[in-house]
Amino acid sequence: MAGVTLDTVRKIYSGNVEAVKGVSLGIEDGSFCVLVGPSGCGKSTLLRMIAGLETISDGEVKIGDRVVNQVEPADRDIAMVFQNYALYPHMSVYDNMAYGLKNRKTPKDEIETRVKEAARILAIEPFLDRKPRALSGGQRQRVAMGRAIVRKPQVFLFDEPLSNLDAKLRVQMRVEIKRLQKALGVTSIYVTHDQVEAMTLSDKLVVMSSGQIEQVGSPSEVYRRPETRFVATFIGSPPMNILPGKVEGPGRVSVGGQSIAVTDMRDGLTPGSAIEVGLRPEDVQAGGVGSSSLSMDVDFVEELGATQLFHGKVAGADFVVQASTGQIPADTRKLALAVDPANVHLFDPQTTKRLGRV
Amino acid sequence: MAYLTLVIGVILVAFPVYIAIMASTFDTATIINGNMPLTPGDQTLENYSRALFYGGKTAREPVMGMMINSLIVALGIAFGKILISILSAYAVVYFKFPFRKTAFWVIFITLMLPVEVRIYPTYKIVADLGLLDTYSGLVLPLIASATGTLLFRQFFMTIPEELLEASKIDGAGAFRFFKDTLLPLSMTTIAALFVIQFIYGWNQYLWPLLITTKSSMQTIVIGIKKMITTTDALTEWNIAMTTAVLAMIPPVLVVIFMQRLFVKGLVETEK
Amino acid sequence: MEKRAHFSGWTLPLLLIIPQMAITVIFFYLPASQAIWQSFLREDAFGLASEFVGFENYSAVFEQPEYYRAMITTVIFSTLVAFFSLAVALLFATQADKSLRGGHGFKTLLIWPYAVAPAIAGVLWMFMFHPTLGILGRPLNVMGFNWNPMLDGKDAMILLVLSATWKHVSYNFLFFLAGLQAIPKSVIEAGAIDGAGPLRRFWTIIFPLLSPTTFFLLVVTIVYVFFETFGIIDAVTGGGPAGQTTTLVYKVYADGRSGGDLGLSAAQSVVLMVIVIALTAVQFRYVERKVQY
Repeated sequence: MAGVTLDTVRKIYSGNVEAVKGVSLGIEDGSFCVLVGPSGCGKSTLLRMIAGLETISDGEVKIGDRVVNQVEPADRDIAMVFQNYALYPHMSVYDNMAYGLKNRKTPKDEIETRVKEAARILAIEPFLDRKPRALSGGQRQRVAMGRAIVRKPQVFLFDEPLSNLDAKLRVQMRVEIKRLQKALGVTSIYVTHDQVEAMTLSDKLVVMSSGQIEQVGSPSEVYRRPETRFVATFIGSPPMNILPGKVEGPGRVSVGGQSIAVTDMRDGLTPGSAIEVGLRPEDVQAGGVGSSSLSMDVDFVEELGATQLFHGKVAGADFVVQASTGQIPADTRKLALAVDPANVHLFDPQTTKRLGRV
Repeated sequence: MAYLTLVIGVILVAFPVYIAIMASTFDTATIINGNMPLTPGDQTLENYSRALFYGGKTAREPVMGMMINSLIVALGIAFGKILISILSAYAVVYFKFPFRKTAFWVIFITLMLPVEVRIYPTYKIVADLGLLDTYSGLVLPLIASATGTLLFRQFFMTIPEELLEASKIDGAGAFRFFKDTLLPLSMTTIAALFVIQFIYGWNQYLWPLLITTKSSMQTIVIGIKKMITTTDALTEWNIAMTTAVLAMIPPVLVVIFMQRLFVKGLVETEK
Repeated sequence: MEKRAHFSGWTLPLLLIIPQMAITVIFFYLPASQAIWQSFLREDAFGLASEFVGFENYSAVFEQPEYYRAMITTVIFSTLVAFFSLAVALLFATQADKSLRGGHGFKTLLIWPYAVAPAIAGVLWMFMFHPTLGILGRPLNVMGFNWNPMLDGKDAMILLVLSATWKHVSYNFLFFLAGLQAIPKSVIEAGAIDGAGPLRRFWTIIFPLLSPTTFFLLVVTIVYVFFETFGIIDAVTGGGPAGQTTTLVYKVYADGRSGGDLGLSAAQSVVLMVIVIALTAVQFRYVERKVQY
């Protein structure tokens, strides 16, 4: 087993397009690290550089204690699960899993033991003789996983492995991947654009945007204390509401003329200066009136079953409130919202960085 | 209505061949006097065995030998083209090397000029190389074309990139990737190209006409022509038609029984 | 479009591409450039020395009345074969497209002439239309049509057009059928709802949608008539009677055969090359899609 260390890794494509702009990151041995971000943020490129499928323009990639910049993919002791699975269409499931081992001159009975073992874990034993095209999407996904497992690598790399599955299967496979990773204890790096996948799978969550890391932390850290406005609106569903506001004084801001108390606020901000106020839809209490409150004009309601989403405007900006079904009458036109000072996030309108306590 | 048109079409298309088959069942005299019946005669066995093992009066070369020559040329062209073009397409698609684009264009330009426009200079080169009246001379100039390379290139482009990447991670190098993955996946394309090139090779006319002087090197298509160019009175039409039928059998069978591959090859090499 | 993933190194790819390169250079570029070079030279009577004469060979070629006749013959031959083979193929293809169930069987029964060698196609038709013993040629004479392709240039041309068309209909049919089957049925149904009758639907909807296929086939057919019909001509008429069915390609062959001037023959080849390149350049609009370098 081994951890993975990235030291100011860059990827510059011809024509000076910088896809990855100096990323440094330490991934501990045995942990599950998820790289999340919108498409084009450089997360896949980063993963492919770790795999050895892209050259590294600058910086250093270490697997364990070994610098692997110049090492062939096959010799990096990694295994990868691709988005489209990349199963060899002309080989049986068994041969797909055995191919990498055969190329490494693994003894035949050893190959058989390992493939059978992986097939058992993934419940694909009945399909070993079939060709990939005779399998369903979920089964192919398992074969792709099996191909990675049999190699017993130092690191698993996943490139959006669930995005070709339907919603229900995706949830199921997500759980299985997590369980499998815990059982095998292999360092895993997982790329996705789906923030739910990212939150549920990761020990260590890395949010990326335009070739750079926005924030690294545990899922709850990232959720509770987003470091930038990008992270705040990317992680969490529905996304965080951002309202324009003004600094009133220490621990207080105003939004649309209404004053709100804030727990996590930087000292020394100039009163009267503009500030962005972030509130998660699930963090505001509808109907309650407290020391800090906002009023909202409701436009319409979305039913999600257990919860309802109230869409409307606060201080002229779009605003969404999530509430348990039945808590608020659906025909409400005007809502009073109570805000817990601990749940208010403040961002600098220019730098978009969090203006919390240092 | 549609049905009727098609039936008439099929009859029109088949009629010349039907007549040829009928002619191959009569003796010369019956045909010469111009009253050949439209039902089979009784000379079938005689005509076919004579043509195959003896030949005609004017060209005393057994058709069997010509068919073997045609087969060698057709197979040579088909396999030769498949071999050189799958290799070059592999190089062009899966490697980055100096002058790759130049190499591609050098090959690609050959699409534009069929062998017919450069026959005499090509003839001279083949003669200088001492390849007149040889199978190599018959085959090599005809495989200098880009169709195969383009076909394979086009197919390789449809193979997902991840397959190569997965192979790399699985420890397969350039040779193993070709043998274990690319070649098995290309089988249909290879077969389609084979069908088209076999027909192309079997039906060659101008080139073999120029470079074969020995009758032992004649292909069957050339052989027929030699049987009927002499004065009418001497033409053994029954033998000529028997030979024509024999010449049509292999390529027509290939089209009929490998229709799916034939259509694929035709559509993809030409478009 | 290019692959993102590659193998590295360049010795292996060069080794892989060498066979094709060698054959292409030796049997394609060398002869083609020699033809161009020779077209500017004149050899002395003994073929021992040659001198550079510029475009003299070309002007000599264009001064030959036979050259113009061959050109006209080629144009007539191409036009007739292109028209008939496209029209007949389109007719068959529309009918086969209609009859869905029988379509496949008919396809097999209509495409096999593609596999018949041009020279053999010519022999088959000549046998049928032989003036004295042909099953169709003899009745023509009995009816007093005075049919003789061996002596009459028009008759010879008719016979060539018939053979060349017969062989090429299958090819055009196949592509037309594929083109027709690629037209979404909903478009035709929309036309029906808009009140267009079957014939009107064909000319206002189907035919315009088929025009790329038609254009492609037109170019391919012309190239076919230029080159592949050589076998038909040589087997049926040998360019005769009296050179009346000699096309440009056949003339290059015949002049060379009779041991004519190398420079003249080369100049003719070069003119042909220019024509083919022009034709192919037009066709490239379609090839482009697959060559995106």
